[in-house]
Amino acid sequence: MTDTDTLLELEPAVRAWEAETEAALAKRPERANLAFKRLYTPLDAGPGSYLDDVGFPGRYPFTRGVQPTMYRGRLWTMRQYSGFATAEESNARYKYLLAQGQTGLSVAFDLPTQIGYDSDDAFAAGEVGKVGVAVDSLADMEALFEGIPLDKVSTSMTINAPAAVLLAMYVAAAERQGVKPGQLAGTIQNDILKEYVARGTYIFPPAPSMRLITDTFAYCAKEIPRWNLISVGAYHIREAGSDAAQEVAFAFANAIAYIEAAVTAGLDVDAFAPAISWIFTADLNLLEEVAKFRAARRLWARLMKERFGAKNPKSQMLRFHVHTSGSALTSQQPDNNVVRIAWQAIAAILGGAQSLATCAKDEAIALPTEDSARLALRTQQLIAYESGLADVVDPLGGAWCIEALTDKIEAAAAAHIARIDALGGAVAAIEGGYIQREIAESAFARQRAVETGEQVKVGVNRFAVEETQGGDYLTVDPAVGARQCEHLAALKARRDAAAVTAALAEVERVAKGGDNLMPSLIAAARTYATLGEICGVLRGVFGEYQPSAEF
Amino acid sequence: MMKPIRVLVAKPGLDGHDRGAKVVARALRDAGFEVIYTGLRQPPERIAEVALQEDVDAIGLSLLSGAHNTIFPRLFAELHARELDDLLVFGGGVIPEGDVPGLKAMGVAEVFGPGTPTAAVIDFLKGRLAA
Repeated sequence: MTDTDTLLELEPAVRAWEAETEAALAKRPERANLAFKRLYTPLDAGPGSYLDDVGFPGRYPFTRGVQPTMYRGRLWTMRQYSGFATAEESNARYKYLLAQGQTGLSVAFDLPTQIGYDSDDAFAAGEVGKVGVAVDSLADMEALFEGIPLDKVSTSMTINAPAAVLLAMYVAAAERQGVKPGQLAGTIQNDILKEYVARGTYIFPPAPSMRLITDTFAYCAKEIPRWNLISVGAYHIREAGSDAAQEVAFAFANAIAYIEAAVTAGLDVDAFAPAISWIFTADLNLLEEVAKFRAARRLWARLMKERFGAKNPKSQMLRFHVHTSGSALTSQQPDNNVVRIAWQAIAAILGGAQSLATCAKDEAIALPTEDSARLALRTQQLIAYESGLADVVDPLGGAWCIEALTDKIEAAAAAHIARIDALGGAVAAIEGGYIQREIAESAFARQRAVETGEQVKVGVNRFAVEETQGGDYLTVDPAVGARQCEHLAALKARRDAAAVTAALAEVERVAKGGDNLMPSLIAAARTYATLGEICGVLRGVFGEYQPSAEF
Repeated sequence: MMKPIRVLVAKPGLDGHDRGAKVVARALRDAGFEVIYTGLRQPPERIAEVALQEDVDAIGLSLLSGAHNTIFPRLFAELHARELDDLLVFGGGVIPEGDVPGLKAMGVAEVFGPGTPTAAVIDFLKGRLAA
């Protein structure tokens, strides 16, 4: 960002300083295993063009942010991830969080729901309502949002393999409130490829999964213009063990596959790309994380413009949600997590996130209690209203260290993407196990660094104390599973069985053909056909994914 | 030379978090154990059946979904049906300490929480099995 003449003048001075400092290291040694350079100067930030590489917020390549005024206008959306037990209990937690000043909803579904099983399925035993809320049918979706006007809130749903079905239920639940699809705002995660490599809640093989995604893209672009049709998951790739550049690159490679599939299906890139959103993690290395967000924005803008010919600036903007890293938290001395979460949240805000979920301090042990959930939300409000960090756009922009790290992460991520391209793209790279192996290698290296002490974890491999966990953790009532099964049996007894059978037959017919599945899924949701029934039909047509068990 | 210890590392239930299971599997292998990893979504009957077929000395279950109080009893029932009551069963993942006494009472030899060094798992297995 400095002109070449100045850099030429500067170079000998920097070299001289480096030489003197190196010579003095014998007397004043540095700590081992430091991740970054000792000092960054204008030489590291390079002679690149300010206008081309950094530029202005709200303008290509969006390095400094996607809006010109960022948080000076509207603060980020504070959207805590929440859901457990039954729809009624989660509904009460949502109303509590909204009353505490949360500005958007984020639904956590239980594992049976995420994998397309009803609560009474044998596979669901012990899992109902545990890591999220159980939703078996439209009846549960109605109860989940009872008293919450769906034309007034935006709702993010962490749902992937059966995302099309849950979206259909949400649309049907909105109809019951008198809200039209065009009035809805929200997000479905809908990112199946990262499930195969990192998160594990897949159902169908890749090809029919890509078709379901393309169908939701086409439906949302036409009927729910304010809906984010996908939230591409970088978060889960990082949490599974990858490094920062891999987090960006593997998620981008997946997104490239979705875009190519949609373009091949005949969609115009600018018709759907503005509705692509993202979820990243905020891990512990604050400087690297800020640079990661900036690098990701710039690389994505360039990819969209140069690779896909996207003309709409909104197609080039990387709009993202950040969830602070769960794997960074420790069950030892859980109060320490409050501090970790706070600076992870700061990294997200310095990095220009559009929405943020902060973990609760007890998440390495159990689900958050109401008190710890409130503290997590307060952490965001403290940053927003008391720290001053929200008052300047991209305040770290121009710091030599941050610009140099931004360049470095962008280049490393681009190199990873080139390797995946050479393997035939994300789907082929996943089917061949390449991405899984890369993530497993990084995860193992990170674990070794902790075990050798190279990476200090406060309270774990240093500064540990004898401690016992206190008893104040949220536990899900073990009777939730039984209660949910009773609800389900009652629903099946009172609904119109003939209508359900006919609707499921229509889903099967469309699934076997090539038409968009969304209308038949919405029609099936309206009859109170269950998630398990609908996914059962789709399993029959599409088959199930069979993973390998490499480690 | 001593016969290597054979360990089955399993992911039961629907939980997809396999980072810990894979890291432990690999650390055990590097430490000289013979390791079989089941992959995701294994029902208890299948885990018991693999344990029988593979003639393992120990089974490690990785659970982060909160289903541990349901899944461990079902695994023990399946092991009992195959006369594998003597197998060493241990667990890891996100399991509240309050649940650990109950799990130990039903026969879980040890529970390793987040932050456990893999060396602790290795030492534990060697201590219990390398007689």
